[in-house]
This record gives sequence, C-alpha cells and structure tokens, in this order.
Amino acid sequence: MTSAPGTRPFHVLIVGGGGTGGALAHDLTLRGLHVTLVERGEFTSGTTGRHHGLLHSGARYAVGDAESAIECIEENTILRRICPGTFEENGGLFVAITDEDMEYYDEFVKACADCGIPAQELTREQALAFEPNLNPSLKAAVRVPDATMDAMRMPLRFFATAKRNGADLRNYVEVLDLVVNNRVVSGAVVRDHVTGKVAEISADVVVNATGPWSEKVAAMAGVDVPIRPSPGVMLALRGRLCNMVVNRMHRSGDGDIIVPQRALSIIGTSSWTVDDPEELDVPEDHVQRMYEEGAKLIPDVARAELRSAWSAARPLIGSRGDADTGRELSRTFKTYDHAETDGVEGFVTITGGKATTLRGMAELCADIVCRKLGVEAECRTRETELAPHSEAYAA
Amino acid sequence: MSMTIDARTDTDAAGTAAPPAGPRRFRVFRYKRGDERPHYETFEVPVGHRTTVFEALRWIQIHRDRTLALRHSCLHASCGTCGVRVNGKEGLACVTMVHDIGREITVEPIANVPVLTDLVVDMREVFERFPDDHPIVRGSEFLDDADTPDGIASYERYEDCIECGLCVSACPVVVTAERYVGPAALAWGERVLEEPRGAEVANLLSWANAPDGVWRCHAIFECTAACPSGVNPAARIMSLRGTLLGRRLRKQPRGSDPT
Repeated sequence: MTSAPGTRPFHVLIVGGGGTGGALAHDLTLRGLHVTLVERGEFTSGTTGRHHGLLHSGARYAVGDAESAIECIEENTILRRICPGTFEENGGLFVAITDEDMEYYDEFVKACADCGIPAQELTREQALAFEPNLNPSLKAAVRVPDATMDAMRMPLRFFATAKRNGADLRNYVEVLDLVVNNRVVSGAVVRDHVTGKVAEISADVVVNATGPWSEKVAAMAGVDVPIRPSPGVMLALRGRLCNMVVNRMHRSGDGDIIVPQRALSIIGTSSWTVDDPEELDVPEDHVQRMYEEGAKLIPDVARAELRSAWSAARPLIGSRGDADTGRELSRTFKTYDHAETDGVEGFVTITGGKATTLRGMAELCADIVCRKLGVEAECRTRETELAPHSEAYAA
Repeated sequence: MSMTIDARTDTDAAGTAAPPAGPRRFRVFRYKRGDERPHYETFEVPVGHRTTVFEALRWIQIHRDRTLALRHSCLHASCGTCGVRVNGKEGLACVTMVHDIGREITVEPIANVPVLTDLVVDMREVFERFPDDHPIVRGSEFLDDADTPDGIASYERYEDCIECGLCVSACPVVVTAERYVGPAALAWGERVLEEPRGAEVANLLSWANAPDGVWRCHAIFECTAACPSGVNPAARIMSLRGTLLGRRLRKQPRGSDPT
C-alpha cells in the first residue's frame, strides 16, 4: 500500500532529468507513488547523454575500486535483461601493450575474478583475430563483458516506462528555488520554458538528482553536498575502428578506452575538477593526448578524422581539496537523506555513480524515499522490461 | 606522430584562452506557447575557429538569455537531438562549425515538425511516422572489414540512423503531403526487409506499399543530402520500391503456375 484508503498517493518531485532521475521516476512509479520530474533542458542533456556509451563490465574498476566494479557487473547483467535491443553486445578487451602493462596483468585477472567479472585470457594472436586493427605489438589481452550503449536512448527507456505508468515528466522546466519553511522542503518554484510561466510544484519529498549541479540545488535548501564536478574530454572519430570496446590494461588513465558507437569511435577520457559545471572547456592539449593515447591501442586513430570533441562533467563525491584530477575519487554513488545529515526534512540527494549503475542507484534512493514516507513497497525494476525509448516522447 | 586534427586554437564559445575570431550575429528563432507568432532575436556571440553552432547557442543561453530553449544531449552527432536549420540548411548544431557559415547566422528549428518552444520541436511527430517500436542497433555485430579511416567515404549502414528528423525537415514532399510517412521511417522499413531478424514483414510491406508510403516520394534526394549519418534514406526508398515492384510482378498469374 502506498497510502491509506481514500487518500492520494504521496507525491515525489524529482529535480534533474538525467539517467538517475529517469531511473528513479521509473522505480517510484512502479512502487505506486505519484512522480513529477522536472528537467531544465532536454532529458539527458547535462551529463548522461555525453558519456562515451560504455556499458561497464566493472573491469575498469576491479583493481582500485572493487565496490564500483561489483555494482557494475551486477547492473550490467540486469540492464541487458530489461533493455533488450539497446546494446551492441560485442564484449570488451583489456589490452596490454607494454611490459609495465604486463606487470598489472595478474593483479587485473585476479581482481576481476574476485569481483565476479568473467574474464577470458587471450594470447596476442587471439586478440588480433577479434580486432585486427589493434596495435600489433600488444602482448596479451583479456576479454570481458563490456558492451556499447546509446548514451541517451538507454536511459530514455526508463523515462518511457515511467511515463507509460503515469509519471509526469516535464522537460524544459527549470527549478528557480526550493520551497523551504522551518527546515522542511515542500516543493519547488519552477519556470516552464515552453510557456515562459513561473509556478510552484508542491511535493511530499523533493529529490535532488542533478549530478554535478547537486551542490547548487542542495544550497537552495541550505545544505551542503560535497560534489566535485569532474569533467573529462572525449573525442568522436569518424569510422568504426573496432567492434569490441578496447581498453588499455593499466590503472585508469587518459585516453585509455575506445568505444565503437555507430559509425564513430569514441576515445575517452581525461579528468580534472572544476567548481562550476555550467560551461566546460575542451582543452586542446587534452584533445591531442586522446589522439596520442588512443593511437597506442589502435594505430589508425592517428589518421582518423575528428567528428567532435567535447567535455562532460562527472558528479564525483568529495570535498574541495580532496582531489586535483578526480581520478582519486570513487565512481560509486551516495544518497543523502538531509533529515539525517542536516536536519532538513523532505529533501533527498542522490549523486555520484555512472550510467551503468543508474538502476541500482534509483533502487537505493527509492528505498530511502519510501522509508521516509512510511511506504512499504518492493523494488520491481530488476524484472520489469522497459518500454521503447520513443515512448518518452509519447503524448 | 602526425595528427590529422586541425588545432583547436581557442577554447569554446566562451573562448577565454585565445582571442576570438570575432563576434558573429546570430538571429535566433523565438517562440513561447501563447505567443501570437514567432519572432527572431539577434545576439552578438564571440566565436573562435572551432566554435560550433551548439556552443554559440549555449553561450547565448548562459550569458544572454536563460530562457532560450534548445535540444542537445551527446555533443558528438550520435543522439540526434540538436538538429536545426542554419541559414536554411539542415544540420546538427553540435558539429556545425560557425566558422564555415558567414557573419550573419540564422538558426531555426527543423521544418515539418511542430515547434514546442524556441528551437525545440515535438519529436513525437517524427516517431509516430514509424509503424511501432523500431529498434535500430543490432545486438551483436562484427563487421568483416572493420571500418578504417580509408573506408569511411563508402561506409553506409542503416544502424547509424540517429532519428534526428533532418531528413523529414529537408523533404519537399512532406511539406505538401502531410500524411506521407517520410524518409526516416521508410529507410527503417527497407532495412527490416533487407534483414528481418525474425520480424513479421507482411504488414510492413503493405504499410510501405500504401499511397502515402514509398510511392509518395518524388526522388529528389534532399533527405540523403541532409542526413548527418550517411544513412542514405533516398537510396533505401528506391530499393524498397524495387522490392515491392518485384513482388507485384511475381504475383501476376502465370498459366501453368500451380501456386
């Protein structure tokens, strides 16, 4: 039961239409709550839509961040089940090029096993048979269940399903301020950019799902959320240089992954930190570094035409001064019930994480929202197949 | 190592790292629901040598008018949201370079699709042209000859369709034949017939064979010219016609044919 007989279901207002907000809208709607989601631009336009399109196996994090790695392989398996037709399931390779990479090899294979990530060891010849364009001087490779997703359309399926089940999803609606009285958040003042009109939306709980903007939105309620917006530069090169996701076998570094996406090859990424995620730079030296590092994996990168270079800000959890490049920070996610952390009722922040773990993030956050409201309802998103992405734009 | 990239000598539209190549005048289509009619608003935008139309619009949004609404998501020609008309020509704002255009730049929403606000169109109109769910990517595929930079010119693959609606915008037939399903959906239909992968094709054939289906096309090829992903919808429509004609011929009675 989501509410007493004869009363209306609780209303949750989600601020932020990225993957996290969309997955949360889906989860809460399935649990019987009334959900409104507002996003100031197009859905997925902040960070979600800009990522390289990797469905993580978790192998990238297996050595240094086992918690994230385990989250990834679990969610990877679930997403393939609930989002059929959305992934290019060609797998991924971790490729050792140098002797230094080979020193990392045993540790990498063991860490994958410890995290439950299937990892198949390949010889140089076997790897080249899979991907003939690889650097021929590679020493060995490991095959893992990475895949390619469409960075916008996969999350849109969560929006589509939430909408089908009755959620009110409103893009081009910007939160101007939160309504806060006596340390209780009870709604938001919004501007609808379609009509130009300003209005107030009341809610039993407001969830801040604004990724790298969550510090700014939390400040509207007078609470501090320690987020380090951490941009990275990515390149889209014309041409599909590989069919599998190709990763460098070493600790995460710049330009160490190539994701085939449609007729493009995406090279990612660099990492630094900023205070304001609003206007991101694309430093030329980062573009050059992506080319140079990418060419170590696949030499043809060096002569591939640049289709686009862009930046996206990850919402990493950490305080100012904790990190210079963002690589030190965990890729895991965190939910703050601000009643517990700051004595502010009716307000929850969900942040961190990554596209691969959007469903799991939403489940944890929905548990907390339901607990706050006294709603007893099981999460059903693990088994619910998602609607086609185009339904997100249905009437 | 030699690089084919031309150096990005500045940062973005906000361009603080290097002197901008000079301001450009942007005339931007504006409309909010309830307005009597749309109007154009002019902004002077500092641009550099690699500033894109998207970056210029985003600069306007951040520095001049927070209420300017535009669609964008991936910023690398993969999501298809940022389609606009720039000086009348269809393009993805994220990969359309300001430098290549001229000093005065008019930006309008794509045509033949209802405008919700400013540069934002209602994509429902585009999706409703397709019969129903229309999965585009293939679950697993290893291209026999992985596509190298040398081969890209001849590379053509329906799975690269990003549903941007630029072909619908550019199609001169859609303007007058409102019920014509248009190039995006017909290209999809052709691909399903080419490789059904278990899909039911009988309904698809009669859908494509309708007067507002494949026969409405005037073979002007504007869709193919506008496509930012090299899908070549016009050639697919012609191929679909060939398939339908072939089936029609095979259906003619043939005396001794027992079937």
